Amino acid sequence: MRVNFTVNGRKQEADDVWEGESLLYVLRERMGLPGSKNACEQGECGSCTVRLDGVPVCSCLVAAGQVEGREVVTVEGLADFAKNRSCGGHEGGACGTSLQEAQGWSAKGTDSQTGEGGISPHATLAPIQQAFIDAGAVQCGFCTPGLLVASDELLERNPNPSDADIREALSGNLCRCTGYEKIMDAVRLAAARQSEPEGV
Amino acid sequence: MDFLRPASWEEALAAKAEHPTAVPIAGGTDVMVEINFDHRRPEYLLDLNRIGDLGEWEVGEKTVRLGASVPYTKIMEHLRGELPGLALASHTVASPQIRNRGGVGGNLGTASPAGDAHPALLSSGCEVEVESAARGVRMIPIDEFYLGVKRNALQADELIRAVHLPKADGPQQFSKVGTRNAMVIAVCAFGIALHPETRTVRTGIGSAAPTPVRAKEAEAFLAAALEEGGFWENGKIITPSVAKQFADLCSAACNPIDDVRGTASYRRHAVGIMARRTLGWAWESYRGQSARTEGVA
Ligand SMILES: Cc1cc2nc3c(=O)[nH]c(=O)nc-3n(C[C@H](O)[C@H](O)[C@H](O)COP(=O)(O)OP(=O)(O)OC[C@H]3O[C@@H](n4cnc5c(N)ncnc54)[C@H](O)[C@@H]3O)c2cc1C
Ligand code: FES
Ligand code: FES
Repeated sequence: MRVNFTVNGRKQEADDVWEGESLLYVLRERMGLPGSKNACEQGECGSCTVRLDGVPVCSCLVAAGQVEGREVVTVEGLADFAKNRSCGGHEGGACGTSLQEAQGWSAKGTDSQTGEGGISPHATLAPIQQAFIDAGAVQCGFCTPGLLVASDELLERNPNPSDADIREALSGNLCRCTGYEKIMDAVRLAAARQSEPEGV
Repeated sequence: MDFLRPASWEEALAAKAEHPTAVPIAGGTDVMVEINFDHRRPEYLLDLNRIGDLGEWEVGEKTVRLGASVPYTKIMEHLRGELPGLALASHTVASPQIRNRGGVGGNLGTASPAGDAHPALLSSGCEVEVESAARGVRMIPIDEFYLGVKRNALQADELIRAVHLPKADGPQQFSKVGTRNAMVIAVCAFGIALHPETRTVRTGIGSAAPTPVRAKEAEAFLAAALEEGGFWENGKIITPSVAKQFADLCSAACNPIDDVRGTASYRRHAVGIMARRTLGWAWESYRGQSARTEGVA
């Protein structure tokens, strides 16, 4: 079957989708967006977390057909998503991340050596991505995309989360490497930066 | 496989009548796991996400009509006052991502003895509104809904539309034993609701019998003891011997098995502990509430 939906602000269609297929499979295997990770396919690890109509969900547990006509944001579109939000969240137009950009997306933080060239004109990271790099919250990185999407949504909802709020919001995301402390640091850092007045 | 996408409730009922083997999918947090792992290959998937009113709820004078697909997150955020037991239970389900998708309709559809909504539903004394194209609406009392391990009273052509829960008339509590806070299937669980209006107490036990069950003898014993001692009026602390007898009768209502999550005897023991604790918490808030109302009067 064919599924039409919006991915990272742009309309897309996926063809030859099997009826029992998950959104995660469609994103990774049909749209070439491997940012959302597949670790468990049973909702346990959160590494496949995306926003579905704004709500964080495990994309491995959403049937592809259920996203018809709906909006999905993946980690590849997170930088643009965060930018649009901070500049007032205007819809459509030049906003969003094209599939080609998203497929070629790679991290270009201030700390990264890969800053030159690249396909994407969107060279910046979302604040939460930069904070993960700065706080050393990324080791093997497999859990990172899901944690970024979940953390970004937390800070959108709750700009000044307590440690308990952060733990609760990230309780559906497993990390086998970091021991979570650096991840906590990263979210605290992003929250602190977010609350600094402009230009400081 | 075919993917059916009814745009309205009537279309969904018609589709279910035409294809009784179709598997409804709401949040997908049970169904997709089975499909991803090839445990289930339904001929038809019947998507309920496009039926908006399944995700809505209405707070009436006496009851809350909770749409089958209202996600747990919404129950926690919006219905804590009306449905405290269910809100507490909802908060213990899995993780934020799962709670954003899964709901009570799916929990009832799966009818696992470990489903966290069940103890709260049993202790509230709710009714499940189901409907078929052929026979219309049928209200199933929750006590008649669970028939066996993962078996419920739904007919092949029926869908769950809503659950009608009495608004809490007294304190409610929920407790669950697991290895950690998030993402845990209950080893066993316990729900209690005090009903001062009828001077009754209702319970619900999860994961300690083939189906979710009530501890009816324990309920009857406690109601009689509370009545006899004038506890509802005098708001005294419940006598430890009464609490213990209640806990023992709750343990006795279990019919558990040994499995990877725990042994039968541990489950029986833990249900007794949870029964005593949740009764203590609920009674404390009842005493607090009645003390406040007396102060005002
Ligand atoms: C990682 C993980 C952790 C979990 N942890 C918990 C937990 O802690 N506690 C807990 O209770 N559950 C848990 N679950 C199970 C699941 O999330 C719940 O059972 C949830 O309530 C299912 O709701 P759903 O809308 O996602 O159901 P779905 O998967 O969409 O459906 C479940 C069943 O109900 C049927 N169904 C759904 N809606 C209807 C309807 N309107 N009419 C008729 N039939 C219907 C479906 O056909 C299916 O058989 C967990 C699941 C996962 C993946
Ligand atoms: S892959 Fe979806 S939660 Fe693990
Ligand atoms: S960094 Fe390796 S799993 Fe989290």
